[in-house]
Amino acid sequence: MSVMEQDSAGAPARASLLNDPKVRGIFYQIVLVVAITALGYVIVTNTIANLERQNIASGWSFLENTAGFGTNQSLVSYSETSTYGRAIFVGFLNTLLVAAVGIFFATVIGFIIGIARLSNNWVINRLAYCYVELVRNIPLLLQIFFWYFAVLRSIPGKREKWSLFDTFHLNIGGLRLPKPIMGTGSEWVGYAFLIGIAIAIFVARWARKRQEATGQPFPAFLTGVGLIIGLPILTYFVMGMPIGLEFPNFVETGPILRQGFELNVGLNIIPEFLALTAALSIYTASFIAEIVRAGIQAVSHGQTEAAHALGLRNGPTLRLVVIPQAMRVIIPPLTSQYLNLTKNSSLAVAIAYPDLVSMGGTVLNQTGQAIEIIGIWMAVYLSLSLITSAFMNWYNQRMALVER
Amino acid sequence: MSNKFLPLVIGAAMGVAVTTAAGATTLEDVKAKGFIQCGVSQGLPGFSNLDAQGNWTGIDVDYCRAMAAAVFGDASAVKFTPLSAKERFTALQSGEVDVLSRNTTWTMSRDTQLGLNFAGVNYYDGQGFMVRKDLGVTSALELSGASVCTNTGTTTELNVADYFRANNMPYEIVAFEKADEVVGAYDAGRCDVYTTDASGLYAQRLKLTNPGDHMVLPEIISKEPLGPVVRQGDDEWFNIAKWTLNAMLNAEELGVSSENVDEMKSSDNPAVKRLLGVEGAFGEAIGLPNDWAYAIIKNVGNYEESFNANVGPDTPLGISRGVNALWNDGGFMYAPPVR
Repeated sequence: MSVMEQDSAGAPARASLLNDPKVRGIFYQIVLVVAITALGYVIVTNTIANLERQNIASGWSFLENTAGFGTNQSLVSYSETSTYGRAIFVGFLNTLLVAAVGIFFATVIGFIIGIARLSNNWVINRLAYCYVELVRNIPLLLQIFFWYFAVLRSIPGKREKWSLFDTFHLNIGGLRLPKPIMGTGSEWVGYAFLIGIAIAIFVARWARKRQEATGQPFPAFLTGVGLIIGLPILTYFVMGMPIGLEFPNFVETGPILRQGFELNVGLNIIPEFLALTAALSIYTASFIAEIVRAGIQAVSHGQTEAAHALGLRNGPTLRLVVIPQAMRVIIPPLTSQYLNLTKNSSLAVAIAYPDLVSMGGTVLNQTGQAIEIIGIWMAVYLSLSLITSAFMNWYNQRMALVER
Repeated sequence: MSNKFLPLVIGAAMGVAVTTAAGATTLEDVKAKGFIQCGVSQGLPGFSNLDAQGNWTGIDVDYCRAMAAAVFGDASAVKFTPLSAKERFTALQSGEVDVLSRNTTWTMSRDTQLGLNFAGVNYYDGQGFMVRKDLGVTSALELSGASVCTNTGTTTELNVADYFRANNMPYEIVAFEKADEVVGAYDAGRCDVYTTDASGLYAQRLKLTNPGDHMVLPEIISKEPLGPVVRQGDDEWFNIAKWTLNAMLNAEELGVSSENVDEMKSSDNPAVKRLLGVEGAFGEAIGLPNDWAYAIIKNVGNYEESFNANVGPDTPLGISRGVNALWNDGGFMYAPPVR
């Protein structure tokens, strides 16, 4: 390649290939790749040979075997007769659930606290400051134990309950809610919900275009909310109310062991999930609050003054001028907080929440196939992190400064 | 990357390939470093637990000390690694510990698929249930619908699943990584039932706020032969592990204890003479000095002494010998003779 370039340049100062920096560069790159591949190959074959020599079972066939152990939370059907593969999948879904719910609450709490940190009200400001300094300086594992053991001891025992509207019940066994029972035709309610979202997005785009073209504002937000909530409700009644509710059953008579909430009736959110979500969101929120505060403060005050000078009121100034600029500063560090939260959810194993690490750990112990299980763990957390950061990078690009 | 490093990388890759075949025996390794690294639990009173002075105590700990005495003639030439149920086999497989003495149940899959060998049984256990007395439950068959607290990564978790399934009883399992958290959650009332090996129930009950409010149900739902484990493929070390336990049992059977071992050396009983290395060269055959068993008994004691000091009737656990008595005393403990 270098030879051709030199020819086209018309300079026949032909050096030996040995001394050509480009050729040498390519040569060393190839050697490096070969060396790394060889190293990887040696590690893999070496591991396999060692496992065989020590008579340790290896391979992936164990995933098909019967697990034989139970779990206290699974989003898909799972029983003791399910396979190890299924058990790991249940753990994976539980990790996803706690990460998604945790990210949602961490973001909401974080934004509220972050904005409160900037409040002119001295009390609110100081309270937010204390929250951040207190929460982010205590190790997460201790906070998980606090939420699980300290809070667990202060709520009513299994034979008692705290109730709200006679619908939500809390005791040491968890938070009980009515469970929706999907009848025939209920899938249409789900479709209506999706269609509602699609129309709402369409309306929002149309409204923005119209406002850009004519200056006429349109209440797109309220219309969207109406569509997303209204359409499924309408479908629900049109289909003849296919979704029923199963209420938790609180037994107050009979043997003491049977008193309290009946097992598997109604929806139960286990206390392990509540404690873990609370700890993860509150801990991560303290970091997000600082990121939000820094992001808003990074927008120069001149921007606000200029918006005011144009006649914008406080609300639109914040929404249209300050926040879009602040988001550019906020999103990259926010991404790493989301990643942290997802990875920190593996601390669940300390308090009996059946996440990927907990379920995988049990499988590891029953089968002894440490390398395979740890491989699955690493692959799953790596992919989760990569997907999260890919999404956040995409969002960041959308929010980035569009130069005209 | 500078080209000076390339040969290093390639060399390292070759080096890895070459060094794998090497590797001394466990006995040589242990002798070279001067102590035995022993895997124990993270705190199970009676089996392996730190006492108020920070010393490890328990029958599993005594076993490790006995091995150290056999190899070095010094019961303190041992270091302990506390391991969770989940970590224990990997720690042994990878060579992090030389022997695992951590109330570990001998099962077929563990014996055959993990590259491990069980050196015997130092405690015959079985899984039981503990409940609050005020539940009014008298049998495990009344536990339908209960929440059950246990440890992850144990045979316990599987047994309880089998038991409830076989009896067609619904249940909720709450499985923790560490025993202390299981106790904490059970104590807080998260679970109606705490299940683990019966000996463990007696031990952990001591940690509850009001031990007197709890009772162990009569049912034993599984066989849990607990014993020390070593890596497969090192017969010399496996022999030492087996015969350390056998020596403690034989010593009890022959009436040799740490108190009278010196007098017993001049005993007329040929079995005692062989055990204590006065006659024969049984130590040599397992790569140890001939007074290996003498060192065990002198420094640690026989099985009875270890049992009584750690879990016996005079300890807070108050467990009677039961099936762990010697074979000629109505129990299962039976060691092959030194001959």
